[in-house]
Amino acid sequence: MEIKKRCISLYVENRIGVLAKISGLLSGKSYNLDTLTVGETEDPTVSRMTIGMTMDDVTFEQVIKQLNRCVVVIKVIDFTEVPIHKKELLYIKVSSCSEKDKAEVFRLAKVFSLDIIDYDRNHIIVQCVKTEDANNDMIALFNKTFINRVEVVRGGSVAIEAVSTQER
Amino acid sequence: MKGTEIIVKALIEEGVDTLFGYPGGQAIDIFDALYDQDQIEVILPRHEQALIHAADGYARSTGKVGVCLVTSGPGATNLVTGIATANYDSVPLVCITGQVPLGLMGNDAFQEVDIVGITNSICKYAVTVRTREELPKILKEAFYIARTGRPGPVVVDIPKDIQQAMGSEEYPTEVSIRGYKPNDSVHVGQIKKACTLLKRAKKPLFLLGGGVNIAGANEVMLKLAEYTQIPVITTIMGKGSIPTTHDLYLGNIGIHGSYAANHAVSECDVLFSIGTRFNDRITGKISEFAKHAKIIHIDADSASISKNIVVDIPIVADAKLAIEKLLEYVSPSKAEKWLEQVTEWKKANPINMDKYEGLTPEKVIRYINENIKHPIVATDVGQNQLWTTQYLELESNHQFLTSGGLGTMGYGFPAAIGAQIGNPDKTVIAISGDGGMQMNIQEFATAVALELPLILIVFNNGYLGNVRQWQELFFNKRYSSTCLTYRKSCQKDCMNRDKCCPKYIPDFVKLAESYEAYGIRITKEEEIAKAFAYAQEHKNAPTLIECVIEREANVFPMVPTGKTLDDMIMDC
Repeated sequence: MEIKKRCISLYVENRIGVLAKISGLLSGKSYNLDTLTVGETEDPTVSRMTIGMTMDDVTFEQVIKQLNRCVVVIKVIDFTEVPIHKKELLYIKVSSCSEKDKAEVFRLAKVFSLDIIDYDRNHIIVQCVKTEDANNDMIALFNKTFINRVEVVRGGSVAIEAVSTQER
Repeated sequence: MKGTEIIVKALIEEGVDTLFGYPGGQAIDIFDALYDQDQIEVILPRHEQALIHAADGYARSTGKVGVCLVTSGPGATNLVTGIATANYDSVPLVCITGQVPLGLMGNDAFQEVDIVGITNSICKYAVTVRTREELPKILKEAFYIARTGRPGPVVVDIPKDIQQAMGSEEYPTEVSIRGYKPNDSVHVGQIKKACTLLKRAKKPLFLLGGGVNIAGANEVMLKLAEYTQIPVITTIMGKGSIPTTHDLYLGNIGIHGSYAANHAVSECDVLFSIGTRFNDRITGKISEFAKHAKIIHIDADSASISKNIVVDIPIVADAKLAIEKLLEYVSPSKAEKWLEQVTEWKKANPINMDKYEGLTPEKVIRYINENIKHPIVATDVGQNQLWTTQYLELESNHQFLTSGGLGTMGYGFPAAIGAQIGNPDKTVIAISGDGGMQMNIQEFATAVALELPLILIVFNNGYLGNVRQWQELFFNKRYSSTCLTYRKSCQKDCMNRDKCCPKYIPDFVKLAESYEAYGIRITKEEEIAKAFAYAQEHKNAPTLIECVIEREANVFPMVPTGKTLDDMIMDC
């Protein structure tokens, strides 16, 4: 049985306790999540979750069934095999920055298309909107370059079905 | 109209005639609203756990939705075990819990708990009402969700200020929930595939679970079995799917199943299962379960299909609708040899307790089979339950109430109370052990107050017998915390069991009498008839029949954990 990364998009009721219900359902069945994001949609009564998880086919099928039988779940879409756009927001704050460090950050930003969104005398904040894997690479790179001076926060991926592109 | 009034209106509109309630500060307004009406009888059990088991027994025995009404905090948390019990066994319940006013929620107010958060993983749906406006809609949805699809318990948490708030008197007549659409059709293609598979089968077998009883598919199932001449086995929840005295019926499967049933499932080549979850109690070693068989599985709940056992032909449908469809396409089986073989197994390996002399559970249950017409029997959990599943004969559904999935001790007595309330003209019997009987013993007060003619059978062996049996067989007779005659002055590892044990406490007969119920203790086989006659003479209160049985009697046959189903300890 193949264990692989999965992605699902979940439409749920936008109500108190729904996130707890979904995460509780998954943890209660011992399913481990990689990422989970949630936000209101164009319809304010509906929220949409993007959930990433790594598991085999049988377990994944059970997850989908369990989610589908949940009253607060309106629709489950499996994004694992369909063309989607999927990105994750990542902030990296570098502290104790010298002028030389700042120049290095600006150089990195240019090469990797990152946005410098804030800085002061000692700090600099970089915003990075990429795939999870690409963000992992960025974190590794910054960690290596600015040892023990990096603060990272990332948001978990959001995904939407592609319209014209086929790339995943 | 006040919130409490629309709640009462909703109950009446939903056809509720009986409500199991225990008042408290955050439910007092609803109880006040119930005081003036006479369409709903309000039952007051003596503990909320017993309350929900009674509602559960009422629901299982009548097929209607059971309704609970309790206060916030401890009132609500005392429901938890009963909610999980009902959830496992797909029992439709609506549990209304009072809640502190909206403004106090989250402040750790007196008697505040997040009951929705607590019960989310053990019920079909749980919701807090947050506006007066949505109250009628949520109640309508609660009843709909509880009774449709795979039924289950629904928790509706209603803050006190919403109970008091004024609002519309309108109770909706229609339900539309975008996230909940129970399946009301049958995939004919899958049915045809199943029929083709059955036609080719040389050793076909029906495995019926609780879904058949819940869907009320008993009559059509009997028709299907008789038409196809395919033998039938059941889970304990499925017992009664077809009459247990029928020639085609081989018994229960599982760790205490019959020889014929367990061997049939191990040897069949097509296993046609309906309404079962393939719980570990029935499969034995999962990799060896029905190893030679193609498996067809009908279930109302798609998540029950291919969860434990991977099936070849899944059919998501209500059992009754699916069986009716099957009857259109199926043809009689030509597997006469197989039928002969399984019938031979059944005849050669009956279950009995012949190795024990005198008064045995088997004899008591056989007395019921022979002398009481169409009784409703509730069991507790443990050996008493297993013996009942082995020996009790059933004609149909709504007749046998047992906590199959969760295995809740203390279930039997209150469930029988609920069943008797819902079925005043039937003989209702609760079968318990001496352990479980004590878990909700306070319900004598409820049963006596309501003048219920229940018959309570207590198999008293002075042990938590099922665990003791395991300790005997697998823990070298180290009876850790299972002896109920133990006192502090006893030797911890006492070896002279039976000989100089302290007197059993409580004295069940005196206890019954202290509640103004009736009690009789029997120790001999010859006394069984006398005890039942005594019970039947006293119709104004329950009668407890304490059957003092062999202390170390075991439930056999038995499949030890991890073994295959046909690897049984017979010993009978």
